[in-house]
Amino acid sequence: MRRRAVPAVLEARGLSRRFGGLVAVADMTFTLRPKLAHAVIGPNGAGKSTLIDLLSGALRPDEGTIHLNGEDVTALPDWRRARAGIGRSFQRANLFSTLTAYENVRLAAQSTTPGWRLIGAVCDDAGTWDLALSALEQTGLEAVAEHPAGSLSHGQRRLLEIAVVLAALPDVLLFDEPLAGLGPEETAPVVKLLRKLASTHTMLLVEHDMDVVFAIAGQVTVMVDGRMLESGTPDAIRASAAVRDAYLGHRS
Amino acid sequence: MTRLSTKGHRWLGLGAALLASMPLWAAPYYMQLASSALIAAMFALSLQLLTGGAGLVSLAHAGFFGLGAYTVYLLGGGSSVFVSVPAAMLLSGVAATAIGRLALRTRGFYFLMTTLAFGQMLFFLFHDTSLGGGADGVFIARPGLIWAVTKSARPTVFLLLNLATLSLMYFSLWKLMGTMFGQALAGIRVNEDRMRAMGHDVQGLKLAAFIVSGALAGLAGHMAALTDAFVSPELLGWHRSAEALLMILLGGLGALHGPILGAFALTLARELGQSITERQRLVEGVVILAAVLLLRRGLAGWRQ
Repeated sequence: MRRRAVPAVLEARGLSRRFGGLVAVADMTFTLRPKLAHAVIGPNGAGKSTLIDLLSGALRPDEGTIHLNGEDVTALPDWRRARAGIGRSFQRANLFSTLTAYENVRLAAQSTTPGWRLIGAVCDDAGTWDLALSALEQTGLEAVAEHPAGSLSHGQRRLLEIAVVLAALPDVLLFDEPLAGLGPEETAPVVKLLRKLASTHTMLLVEHDMDVVFAIAGQVTVMVDGRMLESGTPDAIRASAAVRDAYLGHRS
Repeated sequence: MTRLSTKGHRWLGLGAALLASMPLWAAPYYMQLASSALIAAMFALSLQLLTGGAGLVSLAHAGFFGLGAYTVYLLGGGSSVFVSVPAAMLLSGVAATAIGRLALRTRGFYFLMTTLAFGQMLFFLFHDTSLGGGADGVFIARPGLIWAVTKSARPTVFLLLNLATLSLMYFSLWKLMGTMFGQALAGIRVNEDRMRAMGHDVQGLKLAAFIVSGALAGLAGHMAALTDAFVSPELLGWHRSAEALLMILLGGLGALHGPILGAFALTLARELGQSITERQRLVEGVVILAAVLLLRRGLAGWRQ
């Protein structure tokens, strides 16, 4: 059997989703390749968050298929897709605010434990503890492990949002505006982390900050009105006249 | 608050010791009163797994309590507790499985209303058919214990038996809360959607909690039938579920032992109210209002 040079970790074919008369995502086809950050940019309302919802299973597509490591996961509900290896973060911090940072990541880590074993295992069992601690270390949150998530700074909460995704050891990372609402000083540690993760993980990154996108991504897709306008290397996107007109031009 | 608080274990131990010593100093009437408080505590505690544990407010719970009680009637006289206890828990657990599968498709207010409907269906099953011996209730033959219990020894024996059952139930639930399962329930209570996005089988976890909770309510109902030798459709009515929720609220939603305190407080308030006035419901209402207004975390949190 012949294998392609770089097999896709995640493959979307012809994804579409409508809300009533509004076409939020139309005929999106793309692949995520291993250890490559694929950024999706576009103006507000372009359908970027809907795209993440479709990939994570929070929404069902009206048309199209999603394959993860070669298997069709289109029919799986969100929690089964998460178990299959698709981890997502949320644009607005979606944490357990009354639980500590450690407990937040521990809950994510224990999601890999199957059904009835949950009743037998104490919540601090060695495997879960290791996963949780490693996620806190990667994000540099060890010092605040015992603080309730609700008491953390905005920047720390963004990092915890990422730690929660990492703790379940996903194959694919879907990050929905991980820098949303951060000031310049708080941005730096998150960008550093994203850059590190981009070299070790398969990632889809929805982000508004162009400097960050061009610094991290190996491939950039531009979405406008739910459709793919252009997709290519950062340099190609920067040079594209169509993209400049439709999107980048708005900035300058 | 991570999991349900288990502070105050020392006080629980003291309370249990006090109850266990009652045969030495208390009149039979007060031991019977303590028994009914213990049964109410078991019932409310079984509901706490759902309410304080997973954030689910159910009005079907009395149905499972009543099923557990009626199991004793349905088995007929002469069975042993070693048969009737598992049978009660099994029947309630099976009913909870069927009702849970359907009701847990809804959330929030709709879940409350769906459980109310299912609970009332169970109530009318026993109220309006001859299955359970009629609308007025029936006296039943108690299941046999290991030894024959004389009439005069009953208050003592049932007090100790109910105390042991409640202690065992509390200990088991306390252990359960420390497992990944208990943690997952806490996660569902705080942020159900994120739990699902993380890869947790939220429906499965909720159903498991609903079944365990229903089976434990069945055990409480069985103990009520054993103690009182009387069952009536009243046991399955929705207001009983509401009363258990009230005990949880009174005792403290955030503490595993909250419902135990709530059950005893309500039973005591009712008894005291009855001895001073004919309008004991008024006394009850004042006690509940005072507790809710003054103690934000219920009786279990009064020193925090």
